[in-house]
Amino acid sequence: MPKVLAGLLRHNEDFAAAEDAVQEAVIDALRVWPDNPPNNPQAWLASVAARRLVDARRSESARRRREQHNALGPMPGPTEQGDDTLLLLFCCCHPDLSPSSQVALTLRAVGGLTTREIADAFFVPEATMAQRISRAKAMLRHSTFTAPGDLAVVLRVLSLIYHAGHGRRSDLANDAIRLTRQLTLATTEPEARGLLALLMLQHARLPARADANGQLVTLDEQDRRLWDSAEIADGVAILQAALAEQRPGRYQILAAIAALHSDAESSSETDWSQILQWYDDLVALSADPERDDPAAVLNRAVAVGHVEGAVAGLAETERVAAVLGDRQQWFAVRAYLLERAEDFVAAGDAYAAAAERAKEVAERDHLVRRAARVRALGRIRTCAYGSGGRRSIP
Amino acid sequence: MPKYLLLKHYRGGPPQHRPSPPMDQWAPEDVDAHMTFLHEVARILRETGEFVDAQALTPTQTWVRYGGPGAAPVITDGPHPETSDLVAGWYMIDVDSYERAVELAAFVSSEPGQGGEPLYEWIDIREVMD
Repeated sequence: MPKVLAGLLRHNEDFAAAEDAVQEAVIDALRVWPDNPPNNPQAWLASVAARRLVDARRSESARRRREQHNALGPMPGPTEQGDDTLLLLFCCCHPDLSPSSQVALTLRAVGGLTTREIADAFFVPEATMAQRISRAKAMLRHSTFTAPGDLAVVLRVLSLIYHAGHGRRSDLANDAIRLTRQLTLATTEPEARGLLALLMLQHARLPARADANGQLVTLDEQDRRLWDSAEIADGVAILQAALAEQRPGRYQILAAIAALHSDAESSSETDWSQILQWYDDLVALSADPERDDPAAVLNRAVAVGHVEGAVAGLAETERVAAVLGDRQQWFAVRAYLLERAEDFVAAGDAYAAAAERAKEVAERDHLVRRAARVRALGRIRTCAYGSGGRRSIP
Repeated sequence: MPKYLLLKHYRGGPPQHRPSPPMDQWAPEDVDAHMTFLHEVARILRETGEFVDAQALTPTQTWVRYGGPGAAPVITDGPHPETSDLVAGWYMIDVDSYERAVELAAFVSSEPGQGGEPLYEWIDIREVMD
């Protein structure tokens, strides 16, 4: 299916009309093939779709029929690989589209999900998602796709899809990994492999990310026996192949950091000085990292905190105070480092400030719990010192 | 079958029956018990077939109004008076009667607070129009 659609797009057909024509061809196939199976199914679909496209242009009644068929999502079929996937991805991730439209169109046209499935994944009514997709297609009506697209946008969209599914909505996470794997078969660009490795390494840790009560468990406290060691091994192998190309980029670096975390038998065995070196490389990718990639600067501060001490890490967070200083992530990193510095009162305040800014219930609950926990530690500490400092702190 | 919103508030409503500090100042085990209870409420409502929806809101509130022709929207993002209502989230339920909605609201309000004692939080019940 993607191959047939890509074939029409290659002849400068507009996206919406081409997709409709392919859908009509598939409907024809369902009627005709049981009695008259074609020798070359793809050629059959391509020629019927092309004919449909001509019909559609000629007749007004065909337009109405197309709109009826529009309600039907694409049929999930065997996915083709190669140039066609790449062309379709560039098309769905057109830079003029909003991120939410890029995500929706990619899942539908490349991922083979129905509008209903996409709507359910993002908790919006089906009619809303149908409208979002048809507006996106209308935007693409006058675009042609002969020029190579922007791979960085495609990678960002795939990453967005994964993170929408990370945790509860794990179907989307699987879809993102499947699509990224398809992409790596279509391009030798090492960043595509870097992203695939990163997503697999993150996905491998999902089983340990929540406890039996659904509460979030942070990396340092996860039961590492629950990690999917086969998926980690695959991710590391893909990363090594990408790094061998000697063309580093942000996703390869993030994957390398994820691999170093995965490599540690326990959190105390984490190789933080190597992780810090990767973060140095990541920050060095931006000309003005505080502005262009403040998240990298902030996450690097955690590594600095482990290598040079929590106080040094806290000082690093100040670099992005102006950009991120009112965000959950900034307060959460500060809280973590303050806790390591054993400043439990300030850590409690910072966790509470992070909780107040959280956008996800599971994260909010986790941060409130952390705040309560460090405040309790602070109280124990005060009691111990209050009685003359003689009692030992457990 | 009438539908009701059971609204929880960050602030506002009648004076607290048993005043309580913010949750991040409770003992960790009390926080756990509280959160476990609220998940349990949603689970029970699903089991009884009365659950419609549950959502939580962030505490950031912004008031916006039309600024007039050609003008930017007018925005006030606080600080708002401490006495004003600030909704924290809700359960939407589909129940047989108003009495059942009251019963469920009281159940939510019995959520454990500090020391495992009930929180006695005021719950705002609003009927959804057909």
